[in-house]
Amino acid sequence: MIDYHFDWSVIARNADKLTDALLLGLGLAVVSLLIGSVIGLLAAYARVSGKAWLSAPVWAYVEFIRCTPLLLLIFFLYFGLPEFDVTFLDKTQSFVLSLSLYAGAYMCEVFRAGLASIPKQYVEAAKAIGLRPWQRQAYVILPVMFRITLPSIGNNLISLFKDTSLAAAIAVPELTFTARQINANTFRVMEVWLTASALYLASAYLIAMMLRLLERRYASIR
Amino acid sequence: MDFSMAPGTFLFEAWQARASLLQGLGVTMLSSALSIVIATVCGLAMGVALAYGWWWLRLVARLYVDLMRGIPLLVLILFTYYGLALFGINVPAFWAGVIALGAFATAHVAENFRGAVQSVPAGQMEAAKAIGLTFGKRLSYVILPQAVRRMLPPWVNTALEIVKGTTLLSIIGVVELLLSAQQAMARNYMIIDFYLLTTALYVAINFTLAQLGASLERRFSYLRY
Amino acid sequence: MTEPALLQARDVRKSFGQVEVLKGIDLTVSQGQVVSLIGASGSGKTTFLRCINLLEEHDGGEILLDGDPVGYIMAGERRKRLSETRISAQRARLGMVFQQFNLFPHLTAAANVMLGLTKVQGKSDAEAREIAQHWLGRVGLADRSGHYPYQLSGGQQQRVAIARAVAMQPRLLLFDEVTSALDPELVAEVLSVMQGLAESGMTMLLVSHEMMFVRDVSHHVVFLDQGKVAQAGPPGEIFGNPGNDRLKSFLGRFHGLFGRG
Repeated sequence: MIDYHFDWSVIARNADKLTDALLLGLGLAVVSLLIGSVIGLLAAYARVSGKAWLSAPVWAYVEFIRCTPLLLLIFFLYFGLPEFDVTFLDKTQSFVLSLSLYAGAYMCEVFRAGLASIPKQYVEAAKAIGLRPWQRQAYVILPVMFRITLPSIGNNLISLFKDTSLAAAIAVPELTFTARQINANTFRVMEVWLTASALYLASAYLIAMMLRLLERRYASIR
Repeated sequence: MDFSMAPGTFLFEAWQARASLLQGLGVTMLSSALSIVIATVCGLAMGVALAYGWWWLRLVARLYVDLMRGIPLLVLILFTYYGLALFGINVPAFWAGVIALGAFATAHVAENFRGAVQSVPAGQMEAAKAIGLTFGKRLSYVILPQAVRRMLPPWVNTALEIVKGTTLLSIIGVVELLLSAQQAMARNYMIIDFYLLTTALYVAINFTLAQLGASLERRFSYLRY
Repeated sequence: MTEPALLQARDVRKSFGQVEVLKGIDLTVSQGQVVSLIGASGSGKTTFLRCINLLEEHDGGEILLDGDPVGYIMAGERRKRLSETRISAQRARLGMVFQQFNLFPHLTAAANVMLGLTKVQGKSDAEAREIAQHWLGRVGLADRSGHYPYQLSGGQQQRVAIARAVAMQPRLLLFDEVTSALDPELVAEVLSVMQGLAESGMTMLLVSHEMMFVRDVSHHVVFLDQGKVAQAGPPGEIFGNPGNDRLKSFLGRFHGLFGRG
């Protein structure tokens, strides 16, 4: 250990770069969560539809994503799509696509569990007052399901935020990439990585706290 | 895809690359296995500390677990890799990666163990007391057998995450499966083909692990009541 | 001829935080006696039962098992907690059957019964297996000894639990509302096992809501109300001639089970 003199000015000098990187990472996570939630919701409905031709492909999709390393997926899409003449995606967009597909599988499982755990009484009551199927979904089932799954959604957001670190592999300037750059330029290993770690931890903690506040406001219904 | 074996086709190139691909696969398996062993041994010890330790021991373990779960695996790997080099500990990237991966997964195993032990119903401890077993025997014959069985499915899940995590070692230059496939691609430009091959290999390994986890979950489902 | 009572409880007190649940219980159980504790929920009867084998720790008073104080001894003015080893040894002389059965799910019925015999009493596997088989037979489950708890009905599980407690030849058997968690049609098989044990001279202390059973099988009934013994006596007196008002209203809830006298 010994002779290490901390020089925090390195961090101070790069503070704006790090902040931008952190915000980019958060943005990537949020966007991927949103897109992933749309995918996941549709996928969940397909899974519970009871129709094999809908359910089976979704099952395959979810299992495939769970068994594939995210890094592989990122590289595959980034280097592979141009081979199919899909060239309009820049690094960031390609990464968001990868992470959204990845998130979609996990959100599918979250929503599937959520749909299954809605107390039957609510559905029956909705039917009893004469709501049509789409109305039941819109006014009763989905609102209840979102309240029930709020904790899981929050946890997934935190996970996705940590996964944004993999964007560094294709040079997207989020936090990990930026930290590595600063490290390469200044060799201040401890300061850089301690700061990066602290930023990730602090963000996760903040998201968790906001999640708790949201949970209290929309107290999850059983 | 052209399935003939002529030069310039995928099968030809795959065959040419077989040695390095197999070696990459071997590195993936070895690093996974080592990390799993480290994580299991250290994780169980830490899990015992979390569940039964003195307050200060529980605090330290808790901090470790929360830390490992709060930072991304890639950050930990890079930190370990650059950090060890900084302090003059010249380990090859492979070992830096295995250590980081092991340390990361230790937190998961510890948390799984703690959860498993605490999910054994309180009545079990009471019944064990009622027949006169001492603390050590209560753990050995009643609590731990149930906790370990409950822990196996999440443990298999952790192993699966470790296998997926080994791909991150490619970023610090460890030539595991992903990187060796990419190196092959750099030679023959058959990008889609080789990525598909690599994906198929990972899916095969991981799906098998996932099925193992699911069957263990079913086998021990009688404990869930 | 006075020999020490098998179980002697004197002025037992217990509080949970600010709430005093046991306010000085006195109770005696002699060898071969069947004593029942009845009372409303919250009257302290389960807490008292659990103090006897130290699943709960009483704050005051003393409990003597064959004259031997349970859990604590008086070192001059101060209570000193006994060592874990001593306490475990004391628990081994008692048997307890729980409301939730608490069978060990990872062990077969036979292994459940054998665990105490081998690991606490140090018997050999062969001897323990024989004893286990005998007691499983006595409770009517000889052919189920290789089954796991999840393969047994509630009534069967409870009978295994009884076998597990009795096989260790305890001085006193404690029953904590053992039929309350059972479906009604399974209650009878368990009560009949308990009746058999009582008739064979087993010393038993039960907490139960099965009033008819209590009346038929007990030698002595103790009515607890708000942490104190409100009335105690033989069943004929408690059920036929309840003096205490609280006892009357408690029994009144068991509509028309008890006629006049």
